[in-house]
Amino acid sequence: MTVSVSLLATAVVLCAVGGILMLTRPLTRILLGAVIAGNGINLLVLCATGSAGAAPLLYGVPLRRVTDPLPQAIALTALVITLATTAFLLAMAYRSHQLTGTDEVHDDLEDRRIVLRAEVLGEWAELREEYRTESGRTPEERARYRQERHRLRARLRADRALQARGRDAGGDLWHDVLGADPEDYPGDAGPGTHGQDPDRGAAR
Amino acid sequence: MNALVPLPVLLPLCATGLSLAIGTRLARFQRVISVAVLSAVLGLSVVLMIVSDREGPLSVHLGDFAPPLGITLVADRLSGLMLTVSSAVTLAVLVYSLGQGMADRDKETPVAVFHPAYLILVAGVSCTFLAGDLVNLYVGFEIMLVASFVLLTLGGTGPRIRAGSTYVIISLFSSMLFLTAIAMTYAATGTVNFAQLAVRLPELPLGVQTLIQAMLLTVFAIKAAVFPLAAWLPDSYPTAPAPVTAVFAGLLTKVGIYCMLRTETLLFPGNRLGDLLMAAALASMVVGILGAVAQTDLKRLLSFTLISHIGYMVFGIGLATRDAYGGAIFYVAHHITVQTTLFLVAGLMERRGGTNELTRLGGLAKAAPLLAVLFFVPAMNLAGIPPLSGFIGKLGLMRAGVADGGVWAWILVAGATVTSLLTLYVMAKVWNLAFWRAEPPDQAAFGTVLESADESEDDVDTGPDRIPGTGDERVSGAPGPAGRAVAATLHGQAVTTTTRPPGAMTAATAGAVAFGLAFTVLAGPLAAYTDRSAAELIARTPYVEEVLGR
Repeated sequence: MTVSVSLLATAVVLCAVGGILMLTRPLTRILLGAVIAGNGINLLVLCATGSAGAAPLLYGVPLRRVTDPLPQAIALTALVITLATTAFLLAMAYRSHQLTGTDEVHDDLEDRRIVLRAEVLGEWAELREEYRTESGRTPEERARYRQERHRLRARLRADRALQARGRDAGGDLWHDVLGADPEDYPGDAGPGTHGQDPDRGAAR
Repeated sequence: MNALVPLPVLLPLCATGLSLAIGTRLARFQRVISVAVLSAVLGLSVVLMIVSDREGPLSVHLGDFAPPLGITLVADRLSGLMLTVSSAVTLAVLVYSLGQGMADRDKETPVAVFHPAYLILVAGVSCTFLAGDLVNLYVGFEIMLVASFVLLTLGGTGPRIRAGSTYVIISLFSSMLFLTAIAMTYAATGTVNFAQLAVRLPELPLGVQTLIQAMLLTVFAIKAAVFPLAAWLPDSYPTAPAPVTAVFAGLLTKVGIYCMLRTETLLFPGNRLGDLLMAAALASMVVGILGAVAQTDLKRLLSFTLISHIGYMVFGIGLATRDAYGGAIFYVAHHITVQTTLFLVAGLMERRGGTNELTRLGGLAKAAPLLAVLFFVPAMNLAGIPPLSGFIGKLGLMRAGVADGGVWAWILVAGATVTSLLTLYVMAKVWNLAFWRAEPPDQAAFGTVLESADESEDDVDTGPDRIPGTGDERVSGAPGPAGRAVAATLHGQAVTTTTRPPGAMTAATAGAVAFGLAFTVLAGPLAAYTDRSAAELIARTPYVEEVLGR
């Protein structure tokens, strides 16, 4: 079977571009990536035809030289399916924008909790180490230690409360579940700040 | 008899059209259609199962094209069993969701998509079970997936959109991979028909065969949530409405397992990637159940046990002996039912206790004894306590493993035992926390109704200082204690009642529990049946002969 290199190369480039776009956060970019990669894969499907032949018409073409129509049928099916999925993703991106002002895909809640816990435990251990190595323990230092520990615990608790609250209702939840409350952000909280410091607000 | 084969796909699709045309104007008629059609599909599936068992596989060439050209639908023993179990489960879940919908007054909501989307899901699942070629399998998958997108994001609330985006992207990616695999298969063999592929694939160079096999396995492993590819599942399933989660957990992952069974036996006999599959199975079992141990959210916990128990079926596929396939098929049938039932019960518990959080549940055994029984039976079934069917399925798989005697097989048997024990631990934990211990002080009194019917829609413009769930929402019943979770229901509005759950919900759950118990009672005939279907899968000739015509 012979395959046209230009088709194959185009398919590879499209898949690569689409793949990179799909690794980004905003849903619209992922959507674009999916469309581009989908086209690349459809080209791959067409590559399965082998070398190009005559149009598969009924009369006037010797049957042996006709292009295999099956990959074209498969590609058409895939195109239609991609169309439907694209429409759905667009609607979802719009809805996400409507709800939260951004269409970024957010982290798994569980991941976030684990990261937060590791962070807090790390700080805790550091604090304890610091406290232990210090020789003279004045009552102030002890009080400070206790206060710090209390702060860390409060942070964990606040985060849990945030999540519990997040589950509480079905409405405008994005900020409550995945970021801190919007008013906790300094100034105009852009979409980019959500991922980085979701719990700083809760700690205060 | 062959004319019956396409009906499990056609009936739900036709009903979808009718259901969409009716819309919300005749909501009751819509419900009647859905129930009637799913009952008809269940009946048909039973007939197909019995006939294909007696007379060998049935096939239909749509449009009467000669076999390798057109679309072929095939029902053999495996398809028949899967169809029967899946349609029974979908019927139970439908009744459950009808009960829930009526109780939550969804008559007023403009959303009319639940029934059509659900029917399309059923059609897609049936289509994958009956597909006789790779492209039709792909189309079946896509039908199922698009319907599942809609169901997962019903109501379009924040958490559902968030969870849905992960799910949609993962599904999109796996579909692309699937399409690439199809293109490669076609380029290599010139056909996509299973029966013809079974003849032509062995003639290919070994490298090409293994590449195609690995690609298909990856695709199906994503769908089935086998361990390294399972991270999407516990994040996306739990936010959906309880009945939707139940049907997803029961069916969608098992569709992946079905495809693995079909391709591994029919297209790639000889089990070249068996060790890889067994390693993945072990990782799924252990990592999944450890994830479940760490959870306190009931639905997430159940999602992790789902991943863990997928490992058992992959174990059977990796062993690739007749006993192992038989055990895996038995386990699939058992697990679809049990997992769905558990999610349905979780939905009931959420309604009764007002939350899914195990740390806040308690005292349910006293408050709702029937619910306790409904949870206890499938929970013990999942853990594999004899004489329940979970035990029989695990026993069959482990016996096949011991009979195989390889190093991997023994490791897997040990892993399966540990997983089974840990499952028991997890289920005991749920039982103790939610049912057995005394009621926590802030539990809402019996009969409290917490509702916020128009919570989810169009409140985008409410200020950022509004705190949901703490009494600021428009509450029409008695206000609940601060911070109490409110279950999100079918249409995304937040409703929790701690009143008695509607009869239909309890009845559907009880039906599912009874169906699970039927596997125990009928374990003998069922095991014989799965053994026969395993033999048919391994023999391959009945399938190929039926499709290609002797």
